[in-house]
Amino acid sequence: MRITFPHMGNLYIVGRGLFEYLGVDVVIPPPISKRTLKLGIEHAQEFSCLPLKINIGNFIEAAELGADTIVMSGGVGPCRFGYYAQVEREILKDLGYQYDVIVIEPPDTHFSELLQKIKYLSNGKSLWQVARAIRFGWVKARALDIVEQKVQKVRPRESVKGAADHVYQWALNKIDLAGDVKGVLDVQKLALEKLEAIPQEKDKPVLKIAIVGEIYTILEPFVNLDIEKHLGRLGAEVNRSIYLSEWVNDHLFLGLARMRSGKEARKFASPYLRHFVGGHGQETVGSTVRYAHEGYHGVIQLAPLTCMPEIVAQSILPVVSERESIPVMTIYLDEQSGEAGLLTRLEAFIDLLYRKTDWKKENIK
Amino acid sequence: MTGKIVGMPKGLLYHYYYVLWKNFFDALGFRVRVSSDTNKRIVNTGIMSAVDEACLPVKVFYGHVLDVAEQVDYLFLPRIVSVTEKEYMCPKLLGIPDMLKACMINPPCLIDTTINLRNNNSQIYQAIKEICAIIQVPLKDGIRAWQRAEKAQGDYELYLQAGNLPAGFNSNLGEYPIALLGHGYNIYDAYLNMGMIHKLQDLGARIWTKEMVPKSIVDTYARKLPKRMFWTFGKQLLGSGLYYLEHNQVKGIIYVASFGCGPDSMVGDLLERWARRYNNKPFMFLTLDEHSGEAGLVTRLEAFMDMVKRRVG
Repeated sequence: MRITFPHMGNLYIVGRGLFEYLGVDVVIPPPISKRTLKLGIEHAQEFSCLPLKINIGNFIEAAELGADTIVMSGGVGPCRFGYYAQVEREILKDLGYQYDVIVIEPPDTHFSELLQKIKYLSNGKSLWQVARAIRFGWVKARALDIVEQKVQKVRPRESVKGAADHVYQWALNKIDLAGDVKGVLDVQKLALEKLEAIPQEKDKPVLKIAIVGEIYTILEPFVNLDIEKHLGRLGAEVNRSIYLSEWVNDHLFLGLARMRSGKEARKFASPYLRHFVGGHGQETVGSTVRYAHEGYHGVIQLAPLTCMPEIVAQSILPVVSERESIPVMTIYLDEQSGEAGLLTRLEAFIDLLYRKTDWKKENIK
Repeated sequence: MTGKIVGMPKGLLYHYYYVLWKNFFDALGFRVRVSSDTNKRIVNTGIMSAVDEACLPVKVFYGHVLDVAEQVDYLFLPRIVSVTEKEYMCPKLLGIPDMLKACMINPPCLIDTTINLRNNNSQIYQAIKEICAIIQVPLKDGIRAWQRAEKAQGDYELYLQAGNLPAGFNSNLGEYPIALLGHGYNIYDAYLNMGMIHKLQDLGARIWTKEMVPKSIVDTYARKLPKRMFWTFGKQLLGSGLYYLEHNQVKGIIYVASFGCGPDSMVGDLLERWARRYNNKPFMFLTLDEHSGEAGLVTRLEAFMDMVKRRVG
């Protein structure tokens, strides 16, 4: 059994940590590239959403490296992600790839379905060992998010552009390599120190922009064309409505860890969208309200083209924007998206926010 | 007899549940006003009011709502989350009352009750209670009206199962039986699909739809999938599609999808793959959007029917 799983931002670091802790053979798909995307576009239905297309590319490239088992999460609707694994298996089957697909999702009839899958994946280890492996993955996820949040703060203020990202890359690599909990925490500490040491213009006024929307597009830099880096360089501090560890906490730990949660975001949504609509639609609306309350200057919604829950959210956001008086821009991403076009829109949006915020633009630059 | 008017937009789920709700409000003494048949004005209003990325049926629905909204006392705009255990409607249907509220400036009184039978079938009585409270009729009358409406809906579904098309279409007499699969709002909206049923009938087709397959058969065939299909219409499409693939009398299958439809991008693709593996009858995947042209459609339908006719010999 050689396990692989789809890419989504830094998820590969957490996945590798967890499975290698259990002694399972893991094949990480090569980093997402133009080729990955091309493979996906070629074999997926034309208006299926972008994450599905990239998943297909990931799986084909992982198969080339010898993977034979896919592990991914699923769902029970109504977002189409819940049926991804089924459609992807059929696509791969028609292409001649013999993959075993294991979907971690709420069991349809009995809890034992889920336990059986975990047992199968755990390489003969005890549940205690599995729990320890999950904890190890969790520590990595937390470390990644803590470092990333610091990077988001340093980026707009650094004197030398790219300094924070340099440290970030170093930290990603080190966290990936760390073999035990202590190792991860050491890297986390060191990375924060390194980031703190970067020369910054501390008193420079900085725009605060929040990114909300569909989880895959906001977590995966390849599909969002590195939007956070661009915003950072344009002088904006970024916060996201979803971080990997928050998602893990909401979905795997049932919100047990005390941190910002989707539940809270959904509460903020209630005057505008009173029912959940699958995916992160309600969280998108709720987070926008929350960011407005927190004094953010603007919100950018990201989603893959044809994403159903985000279309619902997008239809409602103009009212949120008006009543909470916060500018909102929606950006759909697909295989046609280009970096230059994105950059133009970001520059325009940021100009608008500067003007609206009543600062003298020259002083800021 | 209140004589008040309830407005019903002629889009999305209208094509499935019109008989049910018309009978319900009739029995309570309300007048039901349905928006006009889809036309150019409605489509244009919809396109202007909805976000660009929405699918055509949702845009058209906006048009219907705005068409009827000003002439009525109540606007019937329920949030239909689920009508079957462990199943869902599409996310956009879950959000549609909120989406429209965000775009209407001066809406009439909305009947935006949530109907969610996913975990519990008796939730419908809760929903009826809420509707009765909004339109101010006694619950007991509401329940009686519901029972009457449910019966009418059941009869109507049996009528469709017997091989009939809904009112307004020519009777099904063609020589070449083909299955026309898709969401009701695409199949039965003759403006949106440019008279597809009529055109196919002119070319000699006898139309089979998913509404003609009894639930028990749909369930049996849908169970061929390793995982439960959680969209109600998706399941109906897959179940009836797989059934028609095996059915000797059906000579070809046309799948009609709206561009950008989430369920269709999965269900339609799965069906197309199965059809290719069976490889025993023509299968055509047709996508509709606001840019679809009639000439292109006619060419494809003609080519498809030619192929069917040649195969039948």
